[in-house]
Amino acid sequence: MSAPAGAELAAPRTRIGLCLLFAPALVWLVGLIVLPHVDLAVLSLRARVAPRTYELSLDNYRSFVDEPLYWHTFARTAVMSIFATACTLLIAFPTAWYIVKIARGRAKSVLLVLCLIPFWVSETVRTLGWMILLRESGVVPKLLVAAGLADQPPELLYHDATILVGLVYTSLLFMVVPLANALESLDDALIEAAYDLGGNAWSILRQIVIPHAAPGIAAGSIVVFMLTLGNYLTPMLLGGKNSLWFTEQIYAQFITRFNWEQGAAFGFLLLGLSTVIVWLGLALAGQRFGDVMRRA
Amino acid sequence: MQPDLEIDRVSKSYGAHRAVDALSLAIERGSFFSILGPSGCGKTTLLRLIAGFLEPDAGEVRIGGRSMRGVPPNHRPVNMVFQHLALFPMMSVGENVGYGLARRGLAASLIRERAAAMLRRVGLPGAESKRIDQLSGGQRQRVAIARSLVLEPTLLLLDEPLGALDLKLREHMKIELKQLQADFGTTFVYITHDQSEALVLSDHVAVMNAGRFEQVGTPQKLYYEPRTPFVAGFVGENNRLSGVASRADAEVVELETRGLTVRVRATGAIVPGAAVEAFVRPEAIALARAAGESFPSAQRFAGRVESLLFDGANSAVLVREERSDSEFRIALPQTGGFADLRVGEAVVFGFDPQRALCFAAAGA
Repeated sequence: MSAPAGAELAAPRTRIGLCLLFAPALVWLVGLIVLPHVDLAVLSLRARVAPRTYELSLDNYRSFVDEPLYWHTFARTAVMSIFATACTLLIAFPTAWYIVKIARGRAKSVLLVLCLIPFWVSETVRTLGWMILLRESGVVPKLLVAAGLADQPPELLYHDATILVGLVYTSLLFMVVPLANALESLDDALIEAAYDLGGNAWSILRQIVIPHAAPGIAAGSIVVFMLTLGNYLTPMLLGGKNSLWFTEQIYAQFITRFNWEQGAAFGFLLLGLSTVIVWLGLALAGQRFGDVMRRA
Repeated sequence: MQPDLEIDRVSKSYGAHRAVDALSLAIERGSFFSILGPSGCGKTTLLRLIAGFLEPDAGEVRIGGRSMRGVPPNHRPVNMVFQHLALFPMMSVGENVGYGLARRGLAASLIRERAAAMLRRVGLPGAESKRIDQLSGGQRQRVAIARSLVLEPTLLLLDEPLGALDLKLREHMKIELKQLQADFGTTFVYITHDQSEALVLSDHVAVMNAGRFEQVGTPQKLYYEPRTPFVAGFVGENNRLSGVASRADAEVVELETRGLTVRVRATGAIVPGAAVEAFVRPEAIALARAAGESFPSAQRFAGRVESLLFDGANSAVLVREERSDSEFRIALPQTGGFADLRVGEAVVFGFDPQRALCFAAAGA
């Protein structure tokens, strides 16, 4: 009888141990994600009718629908983010391919570190670096004039293309790493076999490489898309007043207008937007979220 | 008849290392040809030269009489079965077999039909919709061969495809592979380091060492009449004796090794005083219990059983010869007369000098 009794004693003890082990994660999850969101949800669903009196209402969401500027910014942010993600993928794929399949030995790790090095510097400083390069009196416009390609230094800041450049630059690493992981596990013999059986570069890429790397592509795209959609600093600094990024609207509601209710509603709309787009992207690519996150 | 594959003084170097050194070879249509050699002998390089993954530094590869210079792998009439098969895990069995046909631009219905017919021929009828990971090792092997043969190549290259299988399955697949080859009549070029695979499967075998062919011939020729010490040592089990030729004529050499004189058959010119190596097959040595038994061999030696290597029909004993302290591997006759042999027992053994081959020692 002593053995089962011992087991009964041990069971609650392991349960306590397990609880302790999960406690930090749980505190983080509940305290920093669930609670603020519950609070924001409540905030977004109330309207101020008189000083210090509030009532339940959908006014904040209604004003989003009624005001074309909000709509416009919202859609623009989504489209630009998707475009930035696609650009990042197009640049990161050959980079990851080179690092994994072509570079050998030392070059391989050096190249990966080179991708990482920009992150030594804070995002603000990195973005300011772009401003030094691109502003009217900056390095690139001066070089263009010196090379005779422009009569006077052009203003390269505050264009949509400039925002895209900044966003792609910031996101590249988050795409290269999952892609490199996915390509690493692709056996070179599969590529050779396909080549041997009559495949050409394009058909091998389409039928062998991309299906194999799909979870990595999806993982990288999700991470980059979410980072881009929620980015505040890069669009603001490189795009200036006209950048019209949705996070700036949220910032303005919370900080400038002190309209927390409206800001909370915007926050939820952004959350909904990213969820819908990620879900759509996964459905289109035929990937499952769990598989993708295991690869990331 | 026009050979299916001709290799004409082909060389390939990696830096200072000559992986393939001025090799020439012709392989007849419909034969099963093996290239046998230890790892690092250049056989994989040779295979990749034939498949087109490498271009030779010098010389020419001709397939079906056509020069392959500058022809990439996807345009050669050659297909390869890879070492780990390299089946496409993202595709079904049917799609794997149909892949090459689809690349040739055949209609989907025709591809399905041919893939199904090919799968029936390799004994996997109706397996089209299965996933690769649902197949056993042997079935995957067949899919890999079907995937190549459906393209009706002039040559099928096989890069040690049995290496990853367990022993029992490997034995089984050997027989299956030979039957498949006889069935299809396609010329197979098979690469292996396993001499038993090469001997069992092939019509002809090339033994390769350090980028060169040591000998090309039928398995029987390689086994019974090796032309170089390397072939004698590499193909099959052999007892190797090295020493000095004390007397030599055109036929027989007397080999002195650590106080023991052994008479062996000379191959090539051997002068007295030269360093020589001799090889005797374990089954060429007759064994008898010590005292007074009648003994057919012309020369006899005395020794003690050092260890018993029981392996059913392939059983052997290791016997230490008394005077020279050298070890002989001797095959046990199938009669079962030696079933009660013990370690330490005194035995006599001997062999016909005609069945022991003597070579001038390598590098001498």
